[in-house]
Amino acid sequence: MTNAVRNGLRRGWIEYTATMRSVPDVINYFIVAAFFLVVLYLNRNNTVAGTSLTLATLALPGLLGMLAVYTGMVSAGYALSAEREDGTLLRAKAVPDGMIGYITGHILRVTLETATMLVAMLVPALLVIDGLFGAGLAGGLNLLWVFPLGLLATLPIGMVIGSLMKSPRAIAGWGLLAVGALTFISGVFTPISGNPAWLQGVAQLFPVYWLGLGMRSALLPDAAAAVEITESWRTLETIAVLGTWAVVGLVLAPVVLRRMARRESGSAVDERRQKVLHRL
Amino acid sequence: MTAAIEVHDLCMRYGSVDVLNGVDFTALRGEVVTLLGPNGAGKTTTIEILEGFRLRSAGQVSVLGVDPARGDESWRARLGVVLQSWRDHGKWRVRELLRHLGRYYAPYRRPFDVDELVDAVGLAECADKKIMTLSGGQRRRLDVAIGIVGRPELLFLDEPTAGFDPQARRDFHDLVHRLADRDETTILLTTHDLDEAEKLADRILILAGGRIVADGSAAALARQVAGQTEVRWRQRDETFVHAADDGTEFVRTLFAQHGAEIADLEVRRASLEDTYITMVRGFESGNPTDALAVFGGAGR
Repeated sequence: MTNAVRNGLRRGWIEYTATMRSVPDVINYFIVAAFFLVVLYLNRNNTVAGTSLTLATLALPGLLGMLAVYTGMVSAGYALSAEREDGTLLRAKAVPDGMIGYITGHILRVTLETATMLVAMLVPALLVIDGLFGAGLAGGLNLLWVFPLGLLATLPIGMVIGSLMKSPRAIAGWGLLAVGALTFISGVFTPISGNPAWLQGVAQLFPVYWLGLGMRSALLPDAAAAVEITESWRTLETIAVLGTWAVVGLVLAPVVLRRMARRESGSAVDERRQKVLHRL
Repeated sequence: MTAAIEVHDLCMRYGSVDVLNGVDFTALRGEVVTLLGPNGAGKTTTIEILEGFRLRSAGQVSVLGVDPARGDESWRARLGVVLQSWRDHGKWRVRELLRHLGRYYAPYRRPFDVDELVDAVGLAECADKKIMTLSGGQRRRLDVAIGIVGRPELLFLDEPTAGFDPQARRDFHDLVHRLADRDETTILLTTHDLDEAEKLADRILILAGGRIVADGSAAALARQVAGQTEVRWRQRDETFVHAADDGTEFVRTLFAQHGAEIADLEVRRASLEDTYITMVRGFESGNPTDALAVFGGAGR
């Protein structure tokens, strides 16, 4: 068991470094980060009503939250489903304790990739956007709980989605659509308090809003909370909602993963391979 | 010798279709057994049940003394499974993946040394290449290497040489012989290739209609086919053809009775291929009972 976990951590690290050494993958990261940074940069002088902060400053934390949800939930689900399709999972199943190693590796890899994505956004943003870390170091330290809790809230659910949905392409498509729509209603670009009450209610069910709020509480000055619901950072509520997602995910994931793994076999992989080859 | 695999009355049903319908066989330790049969006969289903990847509908199965449906990870460590890879682990290097997968065995048994292993399967010169750059044949060798990295007591190979060129096929056959002779590995493989079955197997099982219809060495199977030794001869300008159960005995009697009158004698024993083709044709024309009858007492 400990051997498998250790080997899984090695696995996650090998996969992560392979991604970071692969030019197309790295370019992918940079394009996403660069796209959002350009949009923010163009809005660097655009002050948001009701605050003394610019749109760029206000929107960056929310975007980080959105990206964390996207990589933690959608990319993780996509990767799991794709690796089920190509037989990676079956390989893991064929060696002793291989599934423990695979899952450990997957968790480490998604964590590292999500962290890399956030750093790739945040570091250049600090250079071109004013007013970040407005609450100083004390505020910034909030990242230490927001990020791990965000991962806990999204990664297990991502793995459940990856286990239940057969087509990795469907996960990527629907995932992008869902996260995009949630971003739109979750107060990332405009304060959520400007939305109709029912839409605020919907947004507050999902982690995009709460991770964005948590990120804002870490990166913006306290005065920026004025445009939030109840004019506060609602730290306890953030922990409660993200914590609920985490608990649901952590309860479901082992059950769903075990069921999915039990069904893996050479002929199941072969069937999916034939389907993909037919489509090409 | 003790049995590595014991299967009794194994049945598998998908919906209302019976794929396996009372399969019985045994494989002894160190034996190389080939499972032969037409497409859809249930070869892959059988092997997946033995590997513990699929739950059977009924029957008793014991693999290395354990029911595969209840096999734990220490049982898993004694098995090797050669999977048909496609594009998994494309960014990994050959050596890296073999070392990684070998490490899972460490708590249970000593895995193969990676350098020794890449040599054994003929992948030494691409050991540091990324897997996505390997050719089809090289990838299949890697599949075999992954299957044996834990020095298994029992190795499953499902159509291992599909897509091999003749040289790769010969190398693979040598490797199987080495594993069986030197390391006493029990090997169960499926194939369509009769020539391969004949070359590799100590024993051949023919699976058709959801049952084992023949079980024996290639020579024994050919002998078992009732009336399949064909004897032709000429006697006083007349040509005779006779299908004999025992060709040797028939010819001896023939000469004893007619002596010098016999000319142009031809004796042709049924090859494994004849045996197999007759059977497969029987199944494909929708007449499995005829095909089973060909095998007479061979099926159990």
